[in-house]
Amino acid sequence: MALAFDEFGRPFIIIKEQEQKTRLRGLEAQRANISAGKAVARILRTSLGPKGMDKMLQSPDGDVTITNDGATILEQMDVDNQIAKLMVELSRSQDYEIGDGTTGVVVMAGGLLEQAEHLLERGIHPIRIAEGYEMASRIASDHLEHIAQKFDFGMTNIEPLVQTCMTTLSSKIVNRCKRSLAEIAVKAVLAVADLERKDVNLDLIKVEGKVGGKLEDTELIYGITVDKDMSHPQMPKQIEDAKIAILTCPFEPPKPKTKHKVDIDTVEKFQTLRQQEQKYFDDMVQKCKDVGATLVICQWGFDDEANHLLMHRNLPAVRWVGGVELELIAIATGGRIVPRFQELTPEKLGRAGLVREKSFGTTKDKMLYIEHCANSRAVTIFIRGGNKMMIEETKRSIHDALCVARNLIRNNSIVYGGGSAEISCAIAVETAADKYPGVEQYAIRAFADALDSIPMALAENSGLQPIETLSVVKSQQIKENNPYCGIDCNDVGTNDMREQNVFETLIGKQQQILLATQVVKMILKIDDVISPSEY
Amino acid sequence: MAIEKILKDEASEEKGERARMASFVGAMAIAELVKTTLGPKGMDKILQSTGRGHQVTVTNDGATILKSLHIDNPAAKVLVDISKVQDDEVGDGTTSVVVLAGELLREAEKLVAAKIHPMTIISGFRMAAECARDALLQKVVDNKENAEKFKSDLMKIAMTTLSSKILSQDKEYFAQLAVDAVLRLKGSTNLEAIHIIKKPGGSLKDSFLDEGFILDKKIGVGQPKTIENAKILVANTAMDTDKVKIYGARVRVDSMSRVAEIETAEKEKMREKVQKIIAHGINCFVNRQLIYNFPEELFADAGILAIEHADFDGIERLALVTGGEIASTFDNPESVKLGHCKLIEEIMIGEDKLIHFSGVEMGQACTIVLRGASQHVLDEAERSLHDALCVLSQTVNDSRVLLGGGWPEMVMAKAVDELARKTPGKKSHAIDAFSRALVAIPTTIADNAGLDSAELIAQLRAEHQKEECNAGIDVISGSAGDMAELGISESFKVKQAVLLSATEAAEMILRVDEIITCAPRRREDRM
Repeated sequence: MALAFDEFGRPFIIIKEQEQKTRLRGLEAQRANISAGKAVARILRTSLGPKGMDKMLQSPDGDVTITNDGATILEQMDVDNQIAKLMVELSRSQDYEIGDGTTGVVVMAGGLLEQAEHLLERGIHPIRIAEGYEMASRIASDHLEHIAQKFDFGMTNIEPLVQTCMTTLSSKIVNRCKRSLAEIAVKAVLAVADLERKDVNLDLIKVEGKVGGKLEDTELIYGITVDKDMSHPQMPKQIEDAKIAILTCPFEPPKPKTKHKVDIDTVEKFQTLRQQEQKYFDDMVQKCKDVGATLVICQWGFDDEANHLLMHRNLPAVRWVGGVELELIAIATGGRIVPRFQELTPEKLGRAGLVREKSFGTTKDKMLYIEHCANSRAVTIFIRGGNKMMIEETKRSIHDALCVARNLIRNNSIVYGGGSAEISCAIAVETAADKYPGVEQYAIRAFADALDSIPMALAENSGLQPIETLSVVKSQQIKENNPYCGIDCNDVGTNDMREQNVFETLIGKQQQILLATQVVKMILKIDDVISPSEY
Repeated sequence: MAIEKILKDEASEEKGERARMASFVGAMAIAELVKTTLGPKGMDKILQSTGRGHQVTVTNDGATILKSLHIDNPAAKVLVDISKVQDDEVGDGTTSVVVLAGELLREAEKLVAAKIHPMTIISGFRMAAECARDALLQKVVDNKENAEKFKSDLMKIAMTTLSSKILSQDKEYFAQLAVDAVLRLKGSTNLEAIHIIKKPGGSLKDSFLDEGFILDKKIGVGQPKTIENAKILVANTAMDTDKVKIYGARVRVDSMSRVAEIETAEKEKMREKVQKIIAHGINCFVNRQLIYNFPEELFADAGILAIEHADFDGIERLALVTGGEIASTFDNPESVKLGHCKLIEEIMIGEDKLIHFSGVEMGQACTIVLRGASQHVLDEAERSLHDALCVLSQTVNDSRVLLGGGWPEMVMAKAVDELARKTPGKKSHAIDAFSRALVAIPTTIADNAGLDSAELIAQLRAEHQKEECNAGIDVISGSAGDMAELGISESFKVKQAVLLSATEAAEMILRVDEIITCAPRRREDRM
């Protein structure tokens, strides 16, 4: 453990509490790191593709999650190893950036690490490997652009978008009704999309789930749902042409933030105070009524008296609505969030064609639907499903599908899936490798081999002979000069992904390759791991 | 060199076959557990809680049993979850759904052992479930148009549901009770309006449905015990000391006399409030919060019946029943809607005095008073009745009805069998397995009733080859009988929910090939 010694052989203490730390150096460190990275990739490998399996994860509190979303698996796994944590980060950044392909990126990184290990054994310096990988990733990314296709869609022609979302959904448990879910996702994205700026704010799409019913009952609501009910049981359950006052001030007596005391020392004071209080409540309700509101949505609670006054004046109200929901309601109805009663004006009211309360099942579950809003730029996807886990998983799947649709609107280039893009890249990288003199050539070639790991995993998960299938497809690509041949996971009978309608976004794929390369480079550059020892 | 540890210390990881085994075993264990409660001759379970007092529950309601279990196996948790959802959504069939999911997994295990890929099994199961549902859809009877027939359908469903419960002795009586209660709801599924009061004593047969409303409260001292043509004000307001709500208000005085003055002012305020309430022209006042002695006395003086501390549900129901609105301010008596009823009286049930509102305007709400030998019996009776009410209210909305007694399973099994024969490829094995799992439900019913299940099922299967067959298990005579004649019916919605959620759950568990259990959260040591 010692780092340096003086002339008598006594160690210099350089690191604080040096004896209590374990340390790995040089090749040892790289090997250990690579094996940790590979172990993570191995866990995810079986989840890849339409026939991938799920993982069951039990959290420290005993809750069960079943998923095959790479990012979720890694996040819930609660890993301890530092390198494994890097892989988790990798998957997460793919999730933030693209939203889909979180499993693929980790498998890719795993493949790269595996190849790097072989090269290290041959005595190639890790930095040279890293540089080779970097070059190769640039070649691959350029090649992807080369084989990518633009495809056209419009508000009326959403079919291509739906097809892409279906590819994403087909690997999830919801693939039973992938068609309807894909349509929902695409319609939701188009509803909120800003086609001129080519951007989509996914925050405008709210994904709500409620246990019960079946997956087929999942619906897209052009409006907002709020998991609340009217504050008074006898308020009307349905309001048409609602004018909504959106308030962030409670229907309660004023509560100045500075400390104060109201001293009561005479009977008169007591009585005036009482009258003041009553007037205050009355004023609050009256103000809402005066501006013409027919529905009050409030972030805070109501006093009993205020509640009755509202009921009495025939002004339905909803209380304890969360901040995020309040904002969405404001966006959807075109209203303004009003922080004080004094500032309430008719222009600040939101408008909605229909507000209704809907109850579910045998228990007293109620939700408030706000529909036909003035500005339908906020939509809600309302998921129903057999149980909680199913709903959670559907939420994640829908999220992926939404991200894919968004990416397509941002950039409408696609590459074909089923491993075809990877195989094609592998061929391109392989041929390019020969042009590089020097040791990097080996690294570039290794990169090509690593690219094969994704189609290989796909074939393996689909129950095909991995090596045989891959070599057949590869030779077919070269022979026919057709970069659209991939692994036929669903046993349809054709290798041509154009016929199978399996495609993915170009940026998603590029990002996968770049991110994976970056992380692998980082791992390779580590040659010293110092960690506090177990005890 | 050794592979680095990736997970935390106490975390465990199970892969491939082992993971699948763990989840199969867990799920099947749960299914076995509730299996014996299935069917009209199913047995009950005693559950003892670990909490203080070791409370005992006797039940045969699947959801209740599973809810009370502490389960560690993740796959078992999935099953518990579907049972809970079934309970929330349709209210009945909570046992069936678990048993069916368990059987599906049992069959799947055999297929996996025969080297069929789980994904193939899943796609087979899906096809089979779809086919089974279509088969049911073809056989459903919808009597919505015919009110008379529809009512008898409801009656049959209620009896079928109740026959597996503790109420089976008096099932006709209770079925009538439940049907009456649900029909009063007029299509709403809000079971809140049906109030169930449990009073130990008497026998189950003494239970009754009351058209009016019964509030489990006492009438204040010195106030009239019966009121005819009552005008009721339902309120939620403070009747103790009406505090000043403005924040920071406090009383600061410099002499005793001032205190007295303020106290009088407070009293005066209360008196004013009471006067205002009385000005509504009421003769009954029900409040959700406490009523102190002083206002109570004032009410008594005015000859008004004041009821305090009716809980929130009670208030809401009372408002529903009498058609009044819940008031919290009393300044505009002319615009507050008062509730009305013909007669308020104090009645005795067993030892307890209750307040009975009869001749109410809106017939939506009603009260069921359950009587029984002990609290356990009452609890179980309530659960059973709740199941029946849930099923009925769902059936009122979706009036499609099927026969019971294992008939739907046999119909589905037949259709699925045919599908299996027509399907090429490995999937057909899975479809075949699905049909076997379906048959397991009537088998279990027969087994639980102590009948020769193998013989019976074979007979049923033969019967079902004929067109328009109504054969099911007649548990009473122990043979295959005509379910239409015996009047055993089930709601289509329940059956569909059982089929779909069981398949979904089985699919979910089958898809798993790795279980990662995180290290349990450490409790803080408080030593």
